[in-house]
Amino acid sequence: MSEFAIEFKDVVKSFAKKNGDRQMILDHVNFSIPIGKTTVIAGGSGQGKSVTLKLILGLMPVDSGRIFVAGEDVTGVRGRDLEQLRTRFGVLFQGSALFDSLSVYENIALPLRERTSKSEQEIRAQVDAILQQLELTGHDEKFPAQLSGGMRKRVGLARALQLKPEIMLFDEPTTGLDPVMTQDIYKLFARTQEQVGYTAVIVSHDIPKVFNLADEVIVLNNGKVDVFSSPEAMQWSRKPHIVEFVENTMGEIYQSHLVEQ
Amino acid sequence: MIKKVFFKFLSLPVVEMMFARSVGGMQRNPLEKLGDSGLYVLEDIGRMGLYLMSALKGIFRRPFRFAEFMRQLHFIGAGSMMVIFCTAASTGMVLGLQGYYSLNKFGAEGMLGSAVSLTLIMELGPVLTAIMVAGRAGSAMCAELGIMRISEQIDALECMAVDPFRYLISPKFLAALVSIPLLTALFDVVGIAGGYVAGVHLMGVNPGSYLEGMRTSVTNHDLRLGVIKSFVFALLVVWICTGRGYFIYQIRGAGFGAQSVSRMTTQAVVYSSIAVLIFDYLLTAVLL
Repeated sequence: MSEFAIEFKDVVKSFAKKNGDRQMILDHVNFSIPIGKTTVIAGGSGQGKSVTLKLILGLMPVDSGRIFVAGEDVTGVRGRDLEQLRTRFGVLFQGSALFDSLSVYENIALPLRERTSKSEQEIRAQVDAILQQLELTGHDEKFPAQLSGGMRKRVGLARALQLKPEIMLFDEPTTGLDPVMTQDIYKLFARTQEQVGYTAVIVSHDIPKVFNLADEVIVLNNGKVDVFSSPEAMQWSRKPHIVEFVENTMGEIYQSHLVEQ
Repeated sequence: MIKKVFFKFLSLPVVEMMFARSVGGMQRNPLEKLGDSGLYVLEDIGRMGLYLMSALKGIFRRPFRFAEFMRQLHFIGAGSMMVIFCTAASTGMVLGLQGYYSLNKFGAEGMLGSAVSLTLIMELGPVLTAIMVAGRAGSAMCAELGIMRISEQIDALECMAVDPFRYLISPKFLAALVSIPLLTALFDVVGIAGGYVAGVHLMGVNPGSYLEGMRTSVTNHDLRLGVIKSFVFALLVVWICTGRGYFIYQIRGAGFGAQSVSRMTTQAVVYSSIAVLIFDYLLTAVLL
């Protein structure tokens, strides 16, 4: 059993540009995400954060290199094997991706109905329990369009947790939320991770707030990655592009702190 | 001399432009553009071919979503009945009047039943039903899948290890394959009745000759042609309409967001209507 939930080994991913050249998104990238921890994947816009998530989920093929999930080579898996792989993941999408023609209850019950042989009573009990846990009781008959942004995220999280995932992937989870709601959502992530014990991978540009949750930080920059064992380690890095990234995202407070040292 | 003319030809600005290397990697010469478009069309056909296979395979994957199939059957079939009824009644009555006008010139009004029924069963019934369903239900299916794609709902299904074909698309295919041939039958019956009303009640054609003409001239072969056409058209409509929505990101010129959904919905209806008309000719030529 590997000690890593996800490993990227020499992964290359590029896209064709209109003029026929190729834009390198991931250029021989190597990193490992430890089991049970929270890893934040950070980087500017267009640096390949969401592409990395899509590669992990098998929604996109790699050009070369290998991807391992819990020590198992999953590069290029297809069909039933890919379905099997995806049952290990829970995903919270940027826009929550709730099924807008289904009620909150039906959204959360969908993975249970489709992927398990549980009876409707068991499903009802499990959905009621998660609704209570995520403070959504009484909203089960509403439709996604009737919910606030924060509530939609919570319903998305509830749905993603139904099949007890080993790894939770969060794609920009706080986009469009106000600061108070953002803090609430982060607290909720920490609480559910403690209860369920999943490995969390958060793709976010909400820096430095997301660092409250982070054990490890991976920074994507021009196709290369820098892996840091903690948010602090990233802030103390002397690499010019990291210094620039820290300054751009965290501003003068951290810079002055650096100067004092 | 020939050599001189050849080099003169090559030095013409138009020819130079066609074979010139692209400047700065951005401007492409017409030949490159043509090749690029050709490759895109091939890619699109391949993508749609694989999509069709997955959708048909999804019909046989378990568990079968019976409730969703019934919902689609209601939407595509029962929901289109009024449109089909009105179109068929009007088409049949126009055929009755037009047919009477033409046949009367040869003193052959007695053939009206035969002319109306054959035209409806072999041509107009299957074609107009498919086009009306493409406009009413096909556009809705395309928009639904397009919106599900741009709001990541289809990605979410895949990430939950739920096959989007079995869950979303195959029930639509099956419902269309069941309901469009039935709607075509309805179109034929209502159209023939419309022709009867126009020909017999308004223009005074003998009712016996209208019905007898129909009975003697319509053969099993004609009915079979109509049925085959209705199945093929049903497949074309549901395939193109759902496929345009499903591949909304891959289709060149679709744009983004709400605009991409509106463009793809238009494209779905236009492409499926054109495909129905082309296949109508091909099937008639092969099977008649």
